[in-house]
Amino acid sequence: MASLAVRNLLHDKVRLAVTLTGIIFAVVLVAVQTGLFLGFTTTTSNVIDNSRADLWVVSKGAQYIEVGMPYSEKKLYHTLAVPGVAEAEKYIVRFSQWKKPDGSNASCEVIGFDPDSDMGGPWQLSEGDVHSLKLPDTVIVDRFYARKLGVTHLGQTVEIRDVRARVVGFTEGIRTFTTSPLVFTSYKNAQRYSGMDTGQTVYILVKAAAGVAPEQLRRVLAARLTDVDVWTTREFSNMTTHYWMFSTGAGITVIMAAVLGLLVGVVVVAQTIYAATIDHIREFGTLKAMGATNGYIYRIILRQAAISAAIGYGAGIAIASMAAASSAHGGANILLPIPVRAGLFGLTLLMCVGAAMVSINKVTKIDPAMVFKG
Amino acid sequence: MHPMIEVRDLTKTYAEGVAAARALDGVNLDVHAGEVTLLMGPSGSGKTTLISIMGCILRASSGSVRIAGREVSHLKERELPRVRLRHIGFVFQGFNLFPTLTAIENVELAFDLKGIRGREAHRRAGDLLDEFGLSEKRDAFPADLSGGQKQRVAIARALAGDPQIVLADEPTAALDRASGALVMETLRRLALEKDRAVVIVTHDGRTLEYADKLVRIEDGRAGEPVTHDQWQVHEGVTK
Repeated sequence: MASLAVRNLLHDKVRLAVTLTGIIFAVVLVAVQTGLFLGFTTTTSNVIDNSRADLWVVSKGAQYIEVGMPYSEKKLYHTLAVPGVAEAEKYIVRFSQWKKPDGSNASCEVIGFDPDSDMGGPWQLSEGDVHSLKLPDTVIVDRFYARKLGVTHLGQTVEIRDVRARVVGFTEGIRTFTTSPLVFTSYKNAQRYSGMDTGQTVYILVKAAAGVAPEQLRRVLAARLTDVDVWTTREFSNMTTHYWMFSTGAGITVIMAAVLGLLVGVVVVAQTIYAATIDHIREFGTLKAMGATNGYIYRIILRQAAISAAIGYGAGIAIASMAAASSAHGGANILLPIPVRAGLFGLTLLMCVGAAMVSINKVTKIDPAMVFKG
Repeated sequence: MHPMIEVRDLTKTYAEGVAAARALDGVNLDVHAGEVTLLMGPSGSGKTTLISIMGCILRASSGSVRIAGREVSHLKERELPRVRLRHIGFVFQGFNLFPTLTAIENVELAFDLKGIRGREAHRRAGDLLDEFGLSEKRDAFPADLSGGQKQRVAIARALAGDPQIVLADEPTAALDRASGALVMETLRRLALEKDRAVVIVTHDGRTLEYADKLVRIEDGRAGEPVTHDQWQVHEGVTK
């Protein structure tokens, strides 16, 4: 009976508060940690994911985007000669030194691409124009890192590796896992900003011709090109994410925190639902004496767990959403897309129902004859 | 007329081996519709064990129990709730009302168990409370009711779904004289006017006058059923 489940739940407000606190704690912790994990994974591979390329030609053995080694740009012509390649462009991703107006240095990650190509350029552009990068010594940086780079306005001039750079545009919300801000510039500028020899590139981005499967083209290119690896964008993205999240231990830490939150939530909820069941054990005994089946009583307990889950989830996800919203202006991005929210609701329900199982086990063993004991 | 409850050679032994304790020893008893049967006896005599077995709450060690003509002693554990639900209403010494539910919700809960829900359950629960003079207390929580009112709600709850048997365990123990009398009158009316078989376990001598039949239980054995007058005489002689 719905009202018995609700009334029992609301009867002891302190216990309800403790139960909900446990659930909210678990929901917030799991949501924030999952959101962080997603934020991190998205950040580690965002340059790859937003490249609009189908394939990446990378130096042999490069496991993630930050470690690509320069190789001869002649490979670009070899690539273009392969049937099924619609477009191929040289691409640079290299760390460099940004000199701030106050004279101090900051590490940055220079992204060099062809402004006439739709591959590899900045996304989420909020001010300026990509084609401005065709002018010498021009860069686009992200608003989020503007302060870190000492950039206050468009047109401001700074230095990268002692080469002049003028800010001609801003992106909004492009973060980096390494914390070194991305600096988008033309391929030619990037060669100078990163100190690369001419005649070399770090990557080649490839777009497959219409009707050509990227995976099939990848195999052909890998067979034709020597001393490089060829990956689909998805593969290279996954490799980069895997490296940062699991090889460095960063992801494990986040996952462990999420699991810990879940465990703490289960224990707190199990304890409080168990205590509530024990408090009402005589009533459950009465129900059994009146002819209630175990299933009827389970439904009451499970309903209590489900109601607790729904309220706790609602409050918890609201707090987590506020944290996610405020993270847009902070150092770590917390992403809570709809599927994650839905999954988290399922997880919360599962956690509460799982916790209720402990109580159900107790109820199964109730001797209905207890009702006759004064 | 077949008895509503028919108990034959009933024994109940708790524990086993040297710790074994025989709570009931060869009990025979018939309970008919339309009569009030009182089970009396000292503490530990086996009264509650007997009513628990008759109520299909406890299983006998041996012997036969027939409820409304059906043998129940061999039924599986999971089949017993259905027998309780269909045939038996319980009234407890401690009322055992659900404190978080109002009087009418307590009765509705019993209907809910029997699959009667919504408006129908509400109407029938209200009718039962009206019948027991609790119209004004429908929406009161048990904490706001007197002992007598609580017990009358409990009786109304026991009657939800129209069971043929009402088993009451010390229904007046927690009540003052007036409330106790009112409850006993209610139970008596159930037997006489609604043709229910009412079994009451009691220590309370004030309840004797409401009984059609009194059975003395002592050391797990049941005496021959006697009438109120016979009991008085018997008690008078033994005293």
